[in-house]
Amino acid sequence: MKSIVQKNQLRTTLLQAIEEHSGQSVVNCYQCDKCTAGCPIAADMDTPPNQVMRLLQLGLVDEALRCKTIWLCASCETCTTRCPREVDLAAVMDACRNIALREGVPVPDRAIALFNRTFLSIINRYGRLFEMEFIGRFNTGTFNFFKDMTKGPTLMAKGRLTFLPSLGGRKTACSVFGDVRKVRLHLPPAPLDAGGNHAVPAREAHETTE
Amino acid sequence: MKYAYFPGCSLHSTAIDYDESAKALAGALGLELMEVPGWSCCGSTPAHSTNQLLAAALPAKNLVAAKAISDEMVVCCSACFSRFKFAQKHLEEKPQLRAQVADMMPAADAQKVRVRHLIDILTNDVGPEAIAKAKKRDTGLKVACYYGCLITRPPKVTQLDDPENPRFMDDLLKAAGMETIDWPCKTDCCGATFSLTRTETVLRLSAEILQMAKEAGADCIGVACPLCHTNLDLRQSDVERKLGVKYGLPVFYFTQLLGMALGLNAGELGIGRGLVSCKQLLAAKGVV
Repeated sequence: MKSIVQKNQLRTTLLQAIEEHSGQSVVNCYQCDKCTAGCPIAADMDTPPNQVMRLLQLGLVDEALRCKTIWLCASCETCTTRCPREVDLAAVMDACRNIALREGVPVPDRAIALFNRTFLSIINRYGRLFEMEFIGRFNTGTFNFFKDMTKGPTLMAKGRLTFLPSLGGRKTACSVFGDVRKVRLHLPPAPLDAGGNHAVPAREAHETTE
Repeated sequence: MKYAYFPGCSLHSTAIDYDESAKALAGALGLELMEVPGWSCCGSTPAHSTNQLLAAALPAKNLVAAKAISDEMVVCCSACFSRFKFAQKHLEEKPQLRAQVADMMPAADAQKVRVRHLIDILTNDVGPEAIAKAKKRDTGLKVACYYGCLITRPPKVTQLDDPENPRFMDDLLKAAGMETIDWPCKTDCCGATFSLTRTETVLRLSAEILQMAKEAGADCIGVACPLCHTNLDLRQSDVERKLGVKYGLPVFYFTQLLGMALGLNAGELGIGRGLVSCKQLLAAKGVV
């Protein structure tokens, strides 16, 4: 009994967090499927966008946070633009990604997780994107060492790739990254994460507190 | 009028031709662009996918720097444009986020700057009539205007033209004496940021766009976003190899196309930096 109550509490808290983050109310969706019909990436998704909304409506938040769909969303904003109920679905996807990371839910697509991490670490270091290092680190991390290798020299010959990073925005970006890190340290711990262990997925975290 | 100018990471590397042509075109039309001092990355997709505060604070910091120069900031990259617009929207709508950002910088300044895409300035401040007057050469190009996702979507945020059938790029290019084709892929997604992570998806989406442009009889494609340019130009040979077809469709930034009509020379506009060769096409039309 206690388990069911706790599970429900966790779901409600997470759903609230998603709704607050996105500024959307999931009950507004009436499942017309228009988002899925227009989604350019739907064919690659494990759960179509309208079904992610359905999962959230049913309170199956952990299923929604674990699906590939939230990470495959390209933020093209087609669904948001076309929704007859004016649900900002792209904002819901963004919220799901943010909350999934906060709760320590593993990202099901390794390449995308690596892409995001590497990109931000380069911005943190140089202030602006340095393509050469970025692609080198990304290819190394995905063990796909020679991907797009032939394009490098051509781009360089055309003057579209530089050997050195541009450091003009370093001060600007570093101060922002520093400030954001400080805010995160002062945030109250995530709900129902009593162990303080963010690396454990929400479901396991709850089960180990039993 | 003087505008603060935010180039963004791409325009200093893979889209250097966009930067060159935007500056040359602005100069020819009497727009003064002043680069935001110490500008940094807007955070792009990796920031908004992972950390809302970072996704608002990075653009806000750049907007504060822009405010010192002008009340209006020009952005060329559609993705950066979208991130700035969203950051302002979130600062407006989320009091907690606004308070956190206000602790780091004068957030009110960031909200006051009017963020505008270069194509919006050319359409609404300069106007197609002025472009028609400034035209010096008939290029005779038949262009497929590809708007992509983030200039028009979501319209509540971008506040530009029709999100399903935008016409502002067509209007500008027509005023400059070009023919623009009517085609159905104007606002389709090219896969954008997945160019590295999910290349197959990008090839599938870009193939549809290239195929449709070719079938509709375009000579070339006009774009307004460095990511669209990357996927259609840099990935075009990959698409051709995968499908066993030959498109040979050069991809130009709309600034390059307008610049050519205004009689600017190819070097100033960065023409020839694309991976798909445009030599044959431009020679046939007598442009270069």
